[in-house]
Amino acid sequence: MTTEIIPQAPAPVHSRGNRKQARRNTLIGWTFILPNFLGFLAFTLIPVLAALALSFMEWTSFSAPKWVGLANFQRMLASDTFWVALRNTVLYAVGHVPLTMALALLLAMLLNRKLKGIGFFRVAIFFPYITSLVAVAVVWNMLFSPDSGPINQFLHSIGIAEAPGWTSSSDWALPAVIITSVWRDMGYYMVLYLAGLQAIPTELYEAAEVDGASAWQRFWNVTIPSLRPTTFFVVVMLTVSSFKVFDLIVVMTNGGPGRSTTVLSQLIYQEGIGEGKFGYSSAISLVLFLIVLTVTVLQFKIQQRRER
Amino acid sequence: MVVYAVLAVLVLALMVPFIWMVSSSLKENNQVLTVPIQWIPSEFVWSNYTDIWTRIPMMGYLQNSLYLAVIITCLQVLTGSLAAYGFSKVRFPGRDVLFLAYIGTIAVPWQAYMVPQYIMMQNLGLTNSFNALILLQAFGAFGVFLMRQYYMTIPDELCEAARIDGLSEYGIWARVILPLSKPALASLALLTFVNTWNDYMGPFIYLTSNRLWTVQLGLRSFVGQFDAEYAMIMTGSVISVIPILIIFLLGQRYFIQGIATSGMKG
Repeated sequence: MTTEIIPQAPAPVHSRGNRKQARRNTLIGWTFILPNFLGFLAFTLIPVLAALALSFMEWTSFSAPKWVGLANFQRMLASDTFWVALRNTVLYAVGHVPLTMALALLLAMLLNRKLKGIGFFRVAIFFPYITSLVAVAVVWNMLFSPDSGPINQFLHSIGIAEAPGWTSSSDWALPAVIITSVWRDMGYYMVLYLAGLQAIPTELYEAAEVDGASAWQRFWNVTIPSLRPTTFFVVVMLTVSSFKVFDLIVVMTNGGPGRSTTVLSQLIYQEGIGEGKFGYSSAISLVLFLIVLTVTVLQFKIQQRRER
Repeated sequence: MVVYAVLAVLVLALMVPFIWMVSSSLKENNQVLTVPIQWIPSEFVWSNYTDIWTRIPMMGYLQNSLYLAVIITCLQVLTGSLAAYGFSKVRFPGRDVLFLAYIGTIAVPWQAYMVPQYIMMQNLGLTNSFNALILLQAFGAFGVFLMRQYYMTIPDELCEAARIDGLSEYGIWARVILPLSKPALASLALLTFVNTWNDYMGPFIYLTSNRLWTVQLGLRSFVGQFDAEYAMIMTGSVISVIPILIIFLLGQRYFIQGIATSGMKG
């Protein structure tokens, strides 16, 4: 999500641009915003602020809220489950981000050509992204079935005798989730890369060709630098979405086997809604928010330095 | 021709999960996970598609999903486009600060405030009702952002001309801006509909009684209860995807547009 506000045209000059007009404008402006704002205030803005306050309170479904300072955070840092969830979330991001990015770029380059019917191929690759998550999870769980699932049959057929146990194995469950999510997400990022590729002026390639650049050199010296803003955006979006991963984990593995795929979002859900430890789960959600914020700010900084 | 062949092989490979899903939905249970895989069922079991309606309340799930998706989409589009007009075409003090608050919350992960939301809904006595989900999802900041991005590309001179012609601000919104922003309205409507239809965690948290369940919850629970009924589970999966496929084929260019508008500007 970009936060830049597009510059506006100068304010319209009203013949009677007086205070009365300004007051009228304020009133009119608010009537437009109000229907959405009331809902937004009550069900988004207040909960966001409440989450911040809650993380410094001891509050469970059985007790009244009480200010406890950093106690929730101390408990969190001493909790083994928290560290496991944090580690799993980071590992998921480390697998998901580069794989999705590379495949999305590759697909975009393959599909960035003027061919009859190219739209069909693009649409087909985009489709997994909007398919029902439960259907995706269910199908992949069966594809990953250790004994007679299609994936292990394929692995056997190319000579891998000891195929992984996938979602039934604590070592392979996370990779299984990552593979599924890469398959699901790459179409979305392919669309972003396609838009980026189409914005590169063809003259750049023509000039490079005149200079005798090979296809590889053109890719490395024209495509990659020109795509930098897109890549930056894709990395931020992918990283942020990786840290929020939730539904796919819940439906595919529910955090298991053991705690091998438990992630931060899921911990927030379990502690907060599952067990009614509102304060404690809010402390974890503050950590999740700070990670997401740091990733975004950090990458903006890197981007700015590169541009200078 | 070579290019087409490469692309066809590639797309086919990426579509394998879907192909396998459809093929399995037309098999007997014991034929789904066989060694070696049967890509084309030896006998097409069409009865899976008639049996599923009696095995689980599939019709009820579909109706619930449709009801939620339609109401949330209508509210999102209506309130989002109104607010976007206020944020882009009317000038008043405090407007930009307010808009920043909207954008700021888009950056906060939903998981970070789902617990306070839940407590709030519990106190309002709205858990286990559609109203909770409608209230939570109908006033999205994202919709306001997406519509505003589009409205900013509509020249202010158009509104100015309409004002001189004596149209009220509501008239300008309804008769000038809305007709011009059909692509953005379509993008927002499609994205919202698909997101609501596919949402799992929202209904999972808020809808506890079976009669309120959406397709996603129904399907998930079917998997949990009858985890050896592979063919029937695949049938349910296919049915849950069909409405999305139809919506997607009708409006795929608006999806792409929506992603481009919300993602790449600025």
